[in-house]
Amino acid sequence: MSALIETEKLTRVLPETVPVTLVKDITLAINEKEFVAVTGPSGSGKSSLLYLLGLLDRPTAGTLRIGGRDTAPMNERERARTRLSMLGFVFQFHFLLPEFTARENVEIPMRKLGRLARPEMRERAGELLSSLGLGEHLDKRPDQLSGGQRQRVAVARSLANDPPLILADEPTGSLDSTSSEQVFAILETLVRERGKTVVAVTHDLDMAARMDRRIHIVDGKIG
Amino acid sequence: MPLIFDIAVTHIAGRGRQTLVAVIGVAVGVGFSIAMAALMQGGQDDFVRQLVDTMPHVDITDEQRTARRQPAEDAFATVAISGLRPRDDRRGIINPTAAASWLESWIPGRFAANLKTQGVIRYSSREVGAAINGIEPERESGVSPIVEDFVEGSFSALAAGGNNVLIGDTMASRLGAGFGDTITAVSSEGLTRNFKIAGLFHTGTTARDEGEAYVLLKNAQILSARPNAINEIRIKLDDPNRAPAVAHRAEAELGYKAVAWQEANESILEALVVRNVIMYTVVGAIMLVAGFGIYNIISTITHEKARDIAIMKSLGFPESDMRRLFLLEGVAIGVAGSVLGGLLGFAMTYGLSLVRFEIAATGQEMTRLPIAWSVMHYVIASAFALGSAAVAGYLPARRAARLNPVEIIRGAS
Repeated sequence: MSALIETEKLTRVLPETVPVTLVKDITLAINEKEFVAVTGPSGSGKSSLLYLLGLLDRPTAGTLRIGGRDTAPMNERERARTRLSMLGFVFQFHFLLPEFTARENVEIPMRKLGRLARPEMRERAGELLSSLGLGEHLDKRPDQLSGGQRQRVAVARSLANDPPLILADEPTGSLDSTSSEQVFAILETLVRERGKTVVAVTHDLDMAARMDRRIHIVDGKIG
Repeated sequence: MPLIFDIAVTHIAGRGRQTLVAVIGVAVGVGFSIAMAALMQGGQDDFVRQLVDTMPHVDITDEQRTARRQPAEDAFATVAISGLRPRDDRRGIINPTAAASWLESWIPGRFAANLKTQGVIRYSSREVGAAINGIEPERESGVSPIVEDFVEGSFSALAAGGNNVLIGDTMASRLGAGFGDTITAVSSEGLTRNFKIAGLFHTGTTARDEGEAYVLLKNAQILSARPNAINEIRIKLDDPNRAPAVAHRAEAELGYKAVAWQEANESILEALVVRNVIMYTVVGAIMLVAGFGIYNIISTITHEKARDIAIMKSLGFPESDMRRLFLLEGVAIGVAGSVLGGLLGFAMTYGLSLVRFEIAATGQEMTRLPIAWSVMHYVIASAFALGSAAVAGYLPARRAARLNPVEIIRGAS
C-alpha cells in the first residue's frame, strides 16, 4: 500500500495582527483504501487540516504530497484541476447548487472535467444516485429533498469523477441518527467496496471508533 | 463553455425582476442613444445637404488670393514700390471660352458661368439694392436649385429670351411690384435697362429673396458694359466630397481663386464636429448609467451566490471560470439590453420620423424632423452597451473569483 497523502510539518497560520495558528507541524501519511477519522474538540483545527489536504487552503509552511506529487509548486489552475479529478468533498451542509436537480448536481463535476460524453454523464449520475438509494429522486431539486437525501446527493457528487480520495467535513453533523447511520454506512462502503480513501472529520467518537484509524487533533497539533 | 452558460442562465433566471430592470436600463440607454443619433445625424445631413445643394461645390471668382505683383518687383529683387495708382484692368475671368472648354474636358459634374454685378432695381419710386446675376439659363439649372423655388412664373421664362428678370418675392413686395410688372435696373456703371418680371422665387434665405435678381448673361454684360465678360464660374460635382481636389486643380490651372464648399463653410463643419463630440459624450454618459445598473445586479448575484462560488471552487472550478461566469452574466444582460434597445430605438426613430411641425416664423411650411437611418447608430450604441456591460460585469466577477471558499464553508458550518 502506497501513501495517497503525505504531509510533513504542515502548518497554517492566519496572518492577522495577532497571528492565529490553525494547524501546526502536522506530519502524517494516509494510505489508499483507508477509512480515517480526524477528531478533536471544536476549534482544534481539524477542519483546517482537511481544507489543507483538500487544496482549498494553502499551507504557510511544510509540504503536502497528494498521490506522490508535491502540491507546493501548483498554481491555482492546477490545484483546481487536482480537486476536480483526485478529490471529492462532502461538507456538513450539503452544498448543492439550489437551481439544479440532484442528477444535474452530480453531473456538474463531470461536465467540468469533460472526460465523458453527455449521455454517459447522465447515465453515470443516475447510477451513482441509484446506488445511494436516490433512484426515485433524480429530478428533484435540493429543496425538495430531506437533509439525509441531500447529503447522499452530495456524496454521489463527490464520486462523480471517480476520485481516489473523499474528504468529509462533519458529513453527519447536521443529520438525525437514522440518516447519519445511512451516510456513515455509505462512506464505509466506499472504502470497503469501491476502494476509496475516506478522511472524515467528526466529533462523534462512536463513529470514529468504527473507522480504521483516528487522528486526534488538539490545538492544531496531533495529540 | 455550455456548463458555465447553464449556470449563468439559472442565476439570471432566478432573479427575473431585477434582471428585467437591468435589461430595461440598458435598453432605454441604447434606444435613446439610437434615436438621438438618428435625429442628430439627420439634422446634420439635412443641414449639409442644404448647404451643398444651395451652394456651388466649387466657386471660381475673378479674384486672386494674393495681390498682383508689379513687374518691377519681379525683375529686381531689391525694389519696393509704393504709392502707385494701378492701371484699371479689365475685370472678370480672362478668356472665358477657353476656361469653359478646359473645365468641360475633365470636371466630373456640371458648371455654369455668370456675371454678377451690383445694381439697383427701381419700381415706381422705390429702390432696392440688388446683386444682378447674368446667367445662361440652360447651364444655370444644372448648378443651382433655384429652378425649384418659383412661387410665380418659372425659371424657363428667362430662357425664352427678351428682357426678362427673375426676382425674389421679398424684393417684389418691397418694390411693390408684381408678376408681369416692368422694373428698371440701374447698374454700377450707371446704365439703365427695363426688365419685365417673369418669375418670383422664394428660396427661404432672406438675403437671396430680397437681394438677388437674375437676368440673361447677355443683358448683364450690357448693363455692366462688359461684353463677353464673366466673373464667376460655379461648379456642381457629382460627388461633393471631391470639391477640394477639383478646386485645387482649377485654381492651379486658371490662376483664379477657386473655393470648395468645405473651405467656404469651414467653421460650420467644425461646429458639426463639436456637435458630434457632444452627442457621443451624452451617449457615453447614458451607457455609464446603464452600466451601473448591470454592476449592481452582478454584484448582488455574486453576493447572494457566494456559497455557490465556494461550492464550485471546491468542486474544482478555477478562478477563471468564476470570472467568466459572472462576466457572461453581465454581457448577457448587455446583449439582451442591446437587442431590446435596438427595437426601442427603431420604434422611437420611426415615431420621430412621423412628427410634423410648423416653423412658427413663416407659418406655412410643414416640415418633418430630419431623420437619418443608419446601421452604424445601432452598432455604436450596442458596442457602447456591451462595453459597459463587460466592465460592469467584470469588476464584481473578478472580486467573486478571488473569494476564498474556506471562509464561506467555515461560515456555513
